[in-house]
Order: sequence, then C-alpha cells, then structure tokens
Amino acid sequence: MMWRVTIAALIVFACIAFRHVLERDPVTHILVQLPLLILSGALLVPPNTVLAYSWSKGGYALLIIAVTGIAFWMLPRSIDSALSSDLVEVAKFVSLPLFIGVPLKLGWASAHPILRGFLKAEALSMLGVMAFLYTHAPVRICNSYLVSDQERLGYGFLIVIFFVSLLWVTPLFAPRNAFRNSSARTSSVPA
Amino acid sequence: MKAFFASIAAAVFGATFLWNATDGLSALTTESARRIAVVRDNPYVPDVRLETMSGEMERLGVDRKRTVVAEFIYTSCPTICRTGGSYFARLRNQIVAEGLADQVRLISISFDPETDRRAELTQYGNIHDADGAIWTVARARATDLPRLLEAFGVVVISDGFGGFEHNTAMHIVSPDGRLRSVVDFDDVAGALREARKTLQ
Repeated sequence: MMWRVTIAALIVFACIAFRHVLERDPVTHILVQLPLLILSGALLVPPNTVLAYSWSKGGYALLIIAVTGIAFWMLPRSIDSALSSDLVEVAKFVSLPLFIGVPLKLGWASAHPILRGFLKAEALSMLGVMAFLYTHAPVRICNSYLVSDQERLGYGFLIVIFFVSLLWVTPLFAPRNAFRNSSARTSSVPA
Repeated sequence: MKAFFASIAAAVFGATFLWNATDGLSALTTESARRIAVVRDNPYVPDVRLETMSGEMERLGVDRKRTVVAEFIYTSCPTICRTGGSYFARLRNQIVAEGLADQVRLISISFDPETDRRAELTQYGNIHDADGAIWTVARARATDLPRLLEAFGVVVISDGFGGFEHNTAMHIVSPDGRLRSVVDFDDVAGALREARKTLQ
C-alpha cells in the first residue's frame, strides 16, 4: 500500500512540476498529463478491491461519477479554463485522481462483464469522435492552442485508439481454456 | 435497492454538474461560452483610445454617437484577417445600402501595435477599401491591449513563425459602450441584425 501511495504522489508531483512543459503542447497535456493523473488515482486503490457496501453494488454509482469527471475534462472549455484560471488548474490536479481514477478502479472491480464491455465500446467510440473532431475542425476548438496543434492532437487520439483496441481485442483471440487455466492457477495457490 | 438509488443520485449529480459546466449543454468551447456570456451580461468595454489610420485618437467606450462593430486583426496576417476584412467590406456596403451610414461605425483594431504603425494600418485600409468614413483601421496602445482583449474575450497566441492565431469575430458595441453581441467573422447578416437591435 505504501509504495502505491508513494508512486501516485510522485506522478502527481511530476505532473505539477513539469506542467509548463506538458501543457505547452495539447498532445502532452491531454494524452499524457491527464491520463497520468487518472492513473495516480487508480494506484491508490489496491488491486481487486471490491467495496462491500450495498450502495456500491455493481459499481454503477462509482462509474457514473468517473464518467461525469471524464465528460467534464473532455470539454474543450475545461482545458482552456485550466490554462487560464489557477483555481481550475488546481481542481484538475485534485479531481482527475480522486473523482476519476479512484471511482473508476473501484467501480470497474465490481462491474458486470457486460457493463465493462459496454464501457469499453463507449470509450473507443468517444476516442474516435475526438480524433475526428480534432483532425477535421475548421476552427480553433481550444483558444489556447494552435489549429495545427489540435490537428496533431486528433492524430494522437487515433494512435491511442489503435493501441487501446489492440489491448482489448487481443485477449479475445486467446484460446478460452487459457483463461480458465490461469484463473485455476491463481485460485489453487496452496495456502 | 440502495445501489439503484445511489446510481440515480450519482446520475442526477453528474447531469446537473455537466449542465452547469456547459451553460445548459449550449457551450462546449470557450468561444461559445463567451458569446453566451456577452449576450447575458452586456459588459462595458474599456474606454480606451485607439489610434486610427488617419492619425486621430478615437474613443471606443461610452458616449459614442454610433454603434461600433469591431474586429481584431493584425495587418501582416496572411489568412483569416484578410478574409475577415472582405466580410467587413461587405458589411460596410450593406450599411450604406440600408442608410445606416451615420449610425454604425466599423473599426478593425490591430492587436500588434509594434508592427502596425500608421503606414501599415493605411495600407490594410487601402487593400479593403476602408476610407475611414464608416470603416477605419486602428491600433490599440500596447498598455491598453491586455484589458481590451480580456474585455472582448479575444485570445492571441504566437504561431511560432512571427504571426499570431486569434479568435476572429464581429463584436457589436452599443453607443453606451456595452458589448451586446459577438457573431461569426463571416456572418454579415447577423452583424447587421445585431447592430440594428442597438439602434432601436
């Protein structure tokens, strides 16, 4: 637990310390800094933690909170505000770990496989919309960044979709008993 | 059952939060948010003095006789300012055609006073046939620029090649010095409609 908190704190610290470098370019701002902050929140939750409360059953409430946070930080005006207002910038460093990273990890652990599949499909299509929007928009979407930068951001989203879908699709081609064996192995560890 | 109610509560909270964050789902970008805010608040513009291409100092703020339609430019701009200029020329022609020449003032304001001296402003005016009667080209003083751009919600960033990228639009300022509306840089009909509203 201790080392997880330490790494999470280090990531947040690095995101703050190097924020001027990271935020100068929308690609590193949105595709590096924001995911790292979410990751730092997820690190705070030990693996396979399933909340035993009745309100968190199925992970729905937690995932809705995480999706709300993601939706907010997908708004171009939120990104602009983070760059123009210190208050929003601070809120970014607090909310991405605590209101997206933590509930996403907790909710995911207790989510039904169908819900997980649904969220994965949503995530990929949303990334696709982002890629299309930023590569094709004829106007500046973020006041803080150049049109040529936002186009690169669009292609960045495209690369992310490629690797994320690879990550999620590859296991589907593995033989089914490979999963069964591996789960059998972990559960049959001698005490 | 508790999980169901918790989900509903989370969804209501999330929807309310996002509704507020987007002005009722109507503004996803800073640009659209600023246009909504302008129409709602009608903020006063700073009463700065602009140096026009004919060398006169012209006030932008209160106590004007005419409604002002302003756009922000820099004269060495190779792209959008030129296009914006041609739409401004069309707007000027419309204003003349509808007999509003003594009621509406057009000002192209340069946010690059270092480069844009009187000669450059005049040249820009000549290219677009702005003769100063209805439409003039002017520059803001460097010291006035930050609050001027802030008040109009214009964000200027360097493009790394000696030029700038900036949001371009037509800003309608009523004779009492309040910003009434912001329309797209090519929305000549919209600018004319909004300018007319300030004259009633």
